[in-house]
Amino acid sequence: MIRLATLAAVALVLPGAAAAQPGVGVQAKTGPALYAAYCLSCHGIAGSGISSRSHPSGALGLRGLGPPLRGVGALAADFYLSTGYMPLQSPYDEPLHTASSFDRAQIAALVAYVASFGHGPAIPKPHPERGSVSLGLALFTDHCAGCHQVAAEGGYVTNAVAPPLHKASPVQIAEAVRVGPYLMPSFPESQISNAQLDSIIAYVETMKHPDDRGGWSIGRIGPVPEGLVSWLIGTASLLGCCLVIGRRYAR
Amino acid sequence: MLLLGRGRRRPRLDERPRIVPAGAPDPGAEWLVLALLLGAALCAAGFIVVYAFHELAHQTQYLGLALGLSFAFVAAACVVVGRRLVVSEELEEDYPLPGHPQTQEELEQLVQESGSRFTRKRLLLSGAGAAGTAIGAALVVPALALGPFLDTGGLYETPWRRGVRLVDESGRPLLLDEIAAHTFYTAFPQGAGHEQFGAPLVVVRFAPSQLHLPAPRRGWAPGGVVAYSKICTHAGCAIALFRKPTFPAIEPGPALICPCHYSTFDPTSGGRVLFGPAGRPLPQLPLYVDPGGGLRAAGNFSGPVGPSWSGVRSRPPRNPA
Amino acid sequence: MIRRAVRFLDERSGAAPLLQKSLRYVFPDHWSFLLGEVALYSFIVLVGTGIYLTLFFEPSTATTYYTGTYLPLRGHEMSIAYRSAVDLSFKVRAGLLMRQTHHWAADVFVASIVLHMLRIFFTGAFRKPRDLTYYLGLTMLILALLEGYLGYSLVDDLLSGMGLAIGYSVLLSIPVLGPRLALLVWGGPFPGRPEFWSRLYVAHVFLLPVLIGSLLAGHLLLVAARHHTQFGERRRMTEKKVVGLPTFPAQAPRSLGLMFAVAAVLLLLGGLVQINPIWLWGPYHVYQGTNGAQPDWYLGWLIGALRLVPSFDLTIGHYTLIPNAFWGGALFPLLVFLILYASPSLERRLTGEYGFHHLLDRPRDAPWRTALGAALFTWVFIIFFAGSADRVFVSFGVSYQAQIWAYRALVWVLPVVALLVTRRWCLALQELERLDRIRRAAEAEARGRLQLE
Repeated sequence: MIRLATLAAVALVLPGAAAAQPGVGVQAKTGPALYAAYCLSCHGIAGSGISSRSHPSGALGLRGLGPPLRGVGALAADFYLSTGYMPLQSPYDEPLHTASSFDRAQIAALVAYVASFGHGPAIPKPHPERGSVSLGLALFTDHCAGCHQVAAEGGYVTNAVAPPLHKASPVQIAEAVRVGPYLMPSFPESQISNAQLDSIIAYVETMKHPDDRGGWSIGRIGPVPEGLVSWLIGTASLLGCCLVIGRRYAR
Repeated sequence: MLLLGRGRRRPRLDERPRIVPAGAPDPGAEWLVLALLLGAALCAAGFIVVYAFHELAHQTQYLGLALGLSFAFVAAACVVVGRRLVVSEELEEDYPLPGHPQTQEELEQLVQESGSRFTRKRLLLSGAGAAGTAIGAALVVPALALGPFLDTGGLYETPWRRGVRLVDESGRPLLLDEIAAHTFYTAFPQGAGHEQFGAPLVVVRFAPSQLHLPAPRRGWAPGGVVAYSKICTHAGCAIALFRKPTFPAIEPGPALICPCHYSTFDPTSGGRVLFGPAGRPLPQLPLYVDPGGGLRAAGNFSGPVGPSWSGVRSRPPRNPA
Repeated sequence: MIRRAVRFLDERSGAAPLLQKSLRYVFPDHWSFLLGEVALYSFIVLVGTGIYLTLFFEPSTATTYYTGTYLPLRGHEMSIAYRSAVDLSFKVRAGLLMRQTHHWAADVFVASIVLHMLRIFFTGAFRKPRDLTYYLGLTMLILALLEGYLGYSLVDDLLSGMGLAIGYSVLLSIPVLGPRLALLVWGGPFPGRPEFWSRLYVAHVFLLPVLIGSLLAGHLLLVAARHHTQFGERRRMTEKKVVGLPTFPAQAPRSLGLMFAVAAVLLLLGGLVQINPIWLWGPYHVYQGTNGAQPDWYLGWLIGALRLVPSFDLTIGHYTLIPNAFWGGALFPLLVFLILYASPSLERRLTGEYGFHHLLDRPRDAPWRTALGAALFTWVFIIFFAGSADRVFVSFGVSYQAQIWAYRALVWVLPVVALLVTRRWCLALQELERLDRIRRAAEAEARGRLQLE
């Protein structure tokens, strides 16, 4: 009980929206215009990057910090934009998976523009249907479960959250494995081949609707929610029984 | 009481004074109990029916629901019986006496008098004590076969020694050129079992300029590749997390992290503890590159691997004899 | 019919007077006196479901490959123990129901023991002549924690393997004796000899249950021998006389009802709410781990303590005397149980009260005991919450490091706050009652005077 109340209190104290995104109704249509409006202040002119505070601030007098984008290719740009990781309100924020404020056409235009900065990988075309789910589990446990939890429910890394993967599409998973966004490692093809990647994606897709043969899944993260249910449903209802049975004398 | 009635005729049960006070009948409650018991029977029968199915979706749920509800009905029936059908008479009873002082004294006397023929009590008692201790010890000693009790040397053992090749999980050798930066590899000693604390390594690569290893370890990282024990020095979990900044200017630096209690180690400085409870750095394995480009151990770890114990820092790790 | 049965029994055992006495044994009335019964009935469910599980589980670490129907595990190398646990969940009809009911029963078993213990503590029921009963209860709580830990460790899935590694590390961390004990129990350095699984199994299915069962019998015998305590709500309830319902007919249907209710709740949970889906975790290997590995709730206070202790080993020169895991994993629970064991004699010493007590205190009647107890349990609960700080971060975004530092401070501050607040509160409640009594006495006097006039 106390535990739930604490969680509720913590939830109330939290600021409502973690990452403020540019408002809905983005007007710009072309890649360069969108880049100038939302990316330039941190990533610099033509993706040259801004690497230190003392550096003269970005165009239009805006202050920002961001890595260079030359050579990241369509793959990285598509990942960061389609997941809503970018644009960030502040370069010090942790990027989180949110609904993108851009529509498909705008993302495509921006991706094409960023890809034009230099040679980089194209958007991958994964084939999870060719993968093996059981091989996927083995690979996922070896490379991913340490951060994302073995059932892909997400977890904690010192200083950051490793997100749950239920919202990630197959393309986004393939992109993330190669990009290594924020604090995640980037796995090259020499380590995880495209065929192996297909298996990993097949496994993550399976985990979106896993075999919950036991009933209500309560989060699939093990003992913490199980403890809550033990107390708040199991023990609480038995306390209720004790109250009913223990009230004896007609007063 | 019931047994006395052989010779003399006792009055029939309903003629005798009552023990349990009388109460008014409650036909409503009786019908309720009957209904609840029938409900229980129905649910239990349902359990058997569900069980009879060979393959049924959500079978576990139906089974649990049927049996659980059946018990719930019985529970409800019992409660109705307790509250409405049996008499809730209030009885009084004396608490038991705190003790029996006279019996206590007699017990003491009994024991003392029984020993009055012994003249060398102390001597005999110490003799009994010696026998008891020795027999007790003799009975416990076979437990030593459970494991090495006196020799804790096994804790310092690892299969790594100079020349042992690093291989991946499927036994493929790790080549320097194939090791990329910004990711992490799990490696094992060639030809040794994977399931021991001393075996698994986590291998990461940095630009040599990023590394600032302690001076004696300067040659341990050929091409910027460093290898650490994959087992946390705090509580023995596998270091399954590698944190890598995408934009090092403002993001936290690289780290190896244990997922159990989040002990966080710095792989660029020789495994120093950055955060969390671990009290000892992550042991580092010196590496060299063989002529074929393969990574090999240049010796044993910088310290004993795995969770710590009394005396863990006293000896360096070693190979099994 | 009844007469014949009684005669049969009595002529062979002479038990009729004893039977009559126990049927008319008096149960005082309060709902909180039933908490221990909930624990007892959970234990019965545990034994019943546990026996069923042993008919299918194979406690062996020998390697095998999974070939069953659950796709993600097909072809995986695993121990026979883990495979048989997955098979008994998927292949054995009602097997999963039994396994889940068993696990929920374990969680509820410990929860009800803890609640029962809190009731005993805060009403002063542990005072003479029931201190021995209380010690037996505490010992059963420790054994129940260990029994639960061994139970979920036995399955050999990824989580249980990580739990065993932590348990090994904590045992290893005990100064000087630790490494020897750990090597003895495991039969060698982790993960130990194959026989370790036999040791785990016999401890879980035989040694500890038998030990708990025997202590339980002793506990109940002592309760019956010294009789129940009671709140002195009414004038008839005194240190000399206990007032309540007889076992038969009044108490029996109520207790039976509670027993069936416990079974019902546990079976409904077991059928409807998934617990420890071992097939999702996969098999354990020494070199693998998953994020957010947690123990079952009743060991959450230990993982909290392990995570809160800052990084340091106690070393003298180059000699490591006490490694870090000892502080949170061993010293902390030792301290808590030491305080709990010492409470009855400590209270006697401090208050100079050496007498017998059959009447219970309401918590407010003993402000110091209540306040000190509140401080102790606040201390444990804070550390318990700290154990789930990582999940709080993932779910609510409160920085983990900030939480850990806050907890490190709160662990010392909140118990003191709890102590002071609880004591003030008790005294205020006493004062309110005193005023209420004076007011009522004055009113009665006024009414009396009115009648006289």
